Formats: sequence, structure tokens, C-alpha cells
Amino acid sequence: MISTTTVKETQFTEQFRNLLKSETNDDLRRLREEAFAAFSLMGFPTVKNEDWKYTNVAPLLNSQWSATSGNDDAAVDQRFDQLKAFNFRRNGFTALNLAFADLKVVHIAKETSLAEPIELMFVADENTAIFPHVLVIAEAGSKATIVESYDSPGKSFTNSAIQVIVGDNANITHYRVQRDGIDAYNVGTTEVSLGRCSRYDSTNINLGSALSRHDIDLKFTAEGGEAFVDGLYMLNGSQHHDTHSIIDHQVPNCTSHQTYKGVLNDTSRGVFNGKVFVRENAHGTDAQQSNKNLLLSDNARVDTKPQLEIFNDDVKCAHGATVGQLEEEELFYLLTRGLPMTLAKNLLTYGFAEEVINKIGIESIKSELDAAVLNRLGAEI
Amino acid sequence: MLLEVRDLHAGIDGKEILKGLNLQVKKGEVHAIMGPNGSGKSTLSKVLAGHPSYEVISGEVLFEGNNLLELEPDERAREGVFMAFQYPVEVPGVSNSQFLRLAYNQKAKHHGQDELDPLEFNDYLKEKAKVVEMSSEFFKRSVNEGFSGGEKKRNEILQMAVLEPKLAILDETDSGLDIDALRIVAEGVNTLRSSENAIILVTHYQRLLNYIQPDFVHVLAGGKIVKEGGKELAIELEEKGYDWVKGAAGSK
Repeated sequence: MISTTTVKETQFTEQFRNLLKSETNDDLRRLREEAFAAFSLMGFPTVKNEDWKYTNVAPLLNSQWSATSGNDDAAVDQRFDQLKAFNFRRNGFTALNLAFADLKVVHIAKETSLAEPIELMFVADENTAIFPHVLVIAEAGSKATIVESYDSPGKSFTNSAIQVIVGDNANITHYRVQRDGIDAYNVGTTEVSLGRCSRYDSTNINLGSALSRHDIDLKFTAEGGEAFVDGLYMLNGSQHHDTHSIIDHQVPNCTSHQTYKGVLNDTSRGVFNGKVFVRENAHGTDAQQSNKNLLLSDNARVDTKPQLEIFNDDVKCAHGATVGQLEEEELFYLLTRGLPMTLAKNLLTYGFAEEVINKIGIESIKSELDAAVLNRLGAEI
Repeated sequence: MLLEVRDLHAGIDGKEILKGLNLQVKKGEVHAIMGPNGSGKSTLSKVLAGHPSYEVISGEVLFEGNNLLELEPDERAREGVFMAFQYPVEVPGVSNSQFLRLAYNQKAKHHGQDELDPLEFNDYLKEKAKVVEMSSEFFKRSVNEGFSGGEKKRNEILQMAVLEPKLAILDETDSGLDIDALRIVAEGVNTLRSSENAIILVTHYQRLLNYIQPDFVHVLAGGKIVKEGGKELAIELEEKGYDWVKGAAGSK
């Protein structure tokens, strides 16, 4: 007798055995096996797990997925230690990602500045599961922009991971845009480590999927780093999005800024959980965090939990969260200029979201997201 | 008659503030409504613009002979009623030009006129901005966000210039302005003043009326107009103070 929970996880067992047959790299095969063993042990997280309290992944597990994956990038050989450093034991999803990892290495050479953005686009076919795993290594003094986008039109399961290693004095801009179709499931993890005096500026846009979850885990490993971890989730219908982030100030004199905004309509649900750790020796830390939510319907809901854990006195930290509706005075102002109620509401909502979109430096991405936001509102502005 | 207010009683939060106000405004006229704090000046502006928090208890407001009170605020605006706010609201993330074009086009559409595309509108806006000496730098910025007090008030007059209302109510537009900003705002209003529109200046101080000469001055106290006259009344009021008319409120 097999319990239903087990069936959901065991659907991957046979597929994993097949994948191993074609894995020719011994180190990688061992790592995949280790990860799959961890997955088998942990299973998928349930709402009993504190980190998944508000996000029930059961709907995703009730489907059968055909795993398409297992490609190796030859460059992984030289980067094996970095791949091994991925915390696959974080949860069942990360373990499964590494087991099936579709590997790709992006290497930005020392003191190199890339004029064109590096585009990483992931599209899963109907009823398939994809497991992209990208290692980004930005060597010392390099500069680049990464555009990571998810655009699966139908019912599919994306389980991705990206590890970004920002070298000393390197400067990385990272846009992550999740615009999967409304029947898709998307779970992703971003691990970032920052070297001395490096800069990492990320904007994470979540518009698609029935259910999506993004984990961000950022560490400062040397002094003088600066990070921006910003985002927007804009949800309609019964969409569910969950962002969990950890910003870890392990060393002195680093700065982090986090601005996350949520726009929730209909019966959608958002979760924001942002932890900022300031370790004992991390003096001179400057950490700002905010999460603002706009509820457009009485039936939408958001659970927000910004958390600061500070173990050093010589720091500057601020955090806050708001959940609100459109301001009556702002609406009245727009109405008195002749804008009908629906347009006035859309314009204010657009303005709320635009604060995140406006920081995007690439005009083509910005205008595309502009259009996506308007499309989401069903508005012509 | 452009605007006719008949025996208007109105208030907020169950408290009656306007207690039988009468006012008649014709095209081509500039009216100043003056009064001490708490006299009901702001309530009158908000009721005319249709603020949802204010409640009309009784009385009538006719705009070009039609019942204004049954219209929503946006319908009033498209019919040609404009209110410049005492405290203009900031709208982050929405550019001034985007906002003004939307407002312009809503009105144009309502009146069966051609809507303007961004390029056409930009030319139109540049022309209008001269009225308040605003540079095109302001078009790209978010509506009122990070504007100084003077810039916000100039932006209100720019909106008036763009929307070309039949009736403009300027609610304490002079408050918080330094002398230069006051001059620019007043000159803007004077440029926009015509035989085809009417302006109601709501103000506490006579100062603004040195720059914009009203045809009529109405003194509001205790929710009623207690004294009316020409522009000389404002000067008399400045000399004698509001206590002079407050007595009249009781006796009238």
C-alpha cells in the first residue's frame, strides 16, 4: 500500500533512473544521486513546514509531469565546486532541481564589461517539467546584465535555480521576469554571493503562473558590497505568489536595499517573507527593507513578514510593510480631472507598480513590462 | 447663467457647514469668496467638485441650467468644472504628460473632438506650459511628486490651461506661495481668464486679489454669504479684519 504523498514524489523515480543512464560525468552522477536521495527523503514541502506555511504546493503535485532535462554544460567541470556549494538540501524542490539539473554556465571574464545583456529564457512544453540550473560567474571587475525570463504558455512545471557569484569589484544587474501562463507552476531559487566592493542589482517581476514561489538567498562574503533586491508581484484571479528572501550581512560595511511591491486583485494571494541578518561582526551595515501591497479586492489576501535580526549595534537598519487600498484623495484628484473611475483606479495601480518597473535600465524590457502591467490591468493608458 | 447655487446646505461627518448659501456666476466673471477659517470656503469648493466625503443636505446647484449635484466628479470635470486643489495630490509612477494627455483625451472624446497622440499632445502641452512658465522637464516627472509648493500650484494652473474649463474653482491657490510663485500663478490665471469662462477664487487673504482683480467679492461666515460687493470690499476687509463681518453673520 502506497500513500498518495509517496506517489506524487515517486513519479520522478523512474524518470531519474533513465536520466542517470545518460550521465557520463562521474562527479555529476554522484551529485545528482545525492540530490535525488535528499529529495526522496524530504519529499515536497507541506504547509506544516514554517517556510511553506502559506503556500500549499498540493495542486502542482497532483499532476503527472514528464521531466525534460539532464543536459550538462562541459564548462561545469571547472566549476564543480561552485555547483556543489548549491544548498540543495534547502527543500524538496531544490534537491529535485539539482538531481535533474539542466546545467548551464555563464562566465564573465575578469575586467570585462558586456555591452549586450545575457539572455536566459526558459519555456516548458505542455505537461512537462523543466529544471534549469544556471551558474553565473562574474570574475573580478566584470560588468554585465542578466535577463532571466520564464515564458511557458501552458500547463507546465518549472523548477529552476540560479547561482550568481559576483567577484570583487564586479557589477551585475539581474532582471528576473516570470510571465508563465495562468496554468503553469513555477518554483525558483536564486543564490547570490557578493565579493569585495561588488554590486548586485536585481529586479524580480512576477506576473504569471497559477502558483509561483521564488526563494532568494544573498550573502555578503567580503566588505564593501552593495545589493538591491527589488521586486513586484501582480496577481489576478486565483493566482498565488510567494517570495522568501534572505539577505545575510556576514561581514562589515555592506549595504542592502529591498523594495518589494504587490498588487493583488480578485481572490489572489501573495506572501512576502524577507529576512535580513546582520551578524555579530557586521558593523557598518546599512540595510533597508520594505514591502508594500495594494489590495484591489476584498477577497485578495497577502501575508507579509519583514524580519530583521541584528547582532551588532553599529548598524543602520529600517524595515516596514504596508497593506492598503487605493487612497480616496488620490482617486478624487484624478476624477476631478475627468478620468472615469476605472481609468483612475488603473492609473494609480499602474503608478504603484511603475515604481519598481521604472528602475529597469533596458528600455526594451521596461516598455515590454509596462505593456504587460497595462495588459494585466486590462487598461489602455 | 453658468453657475447657480440656491440655498445650499451641506456638510461632512453629519456636521452642517454650509447653511443656506446662494451664489450666481456668469461667463466672463471672476468671483472671490473670502472668509475666515472654518467659514465653509473649502466645503463649498469640495461640494462643487463632488468630493465623496461631503454630503449635500438640501438646496440646488445648477451648471448651465442642469443639476450639477447628480453628476459624478469625473462627469462634472468633462462638462467643464475644474478645481485647483489647495493640497495637490502626488501620483507616483505616472508622468505629468501621460496624466494630462489622458485627462485631455477623456474630455475631447466626451465632446466629440479628436483625441491627441503623444506627439501631438506634447506640442499642445509645450504651448500651454508657457502660461505658467513651466519647462518641459516637468512633463516627464511623476505628477506632483517631489514638486515644491509653488511648483504644485503652477502644475494645477497648467492642468487648467490644458483642460480649458468653463468654470475654474481655485481653492486657496495662494496659500503657501512665495511672492514669485504667486505672481506666476496669478499671471497664468489672468491669461486664461476670458469672456467664455468664469473663475471662483477661494481665499483667506486679500493678497491674491492684488494680482487677480475680481468682479465680485463675497464674504463667507458661518456657512453663509454675509457681505457682497466689488473688489473694494476685499480691501476694506483687509483693513477691518474678519471680526467686522462675523458680527454681520449673526444679524443677517
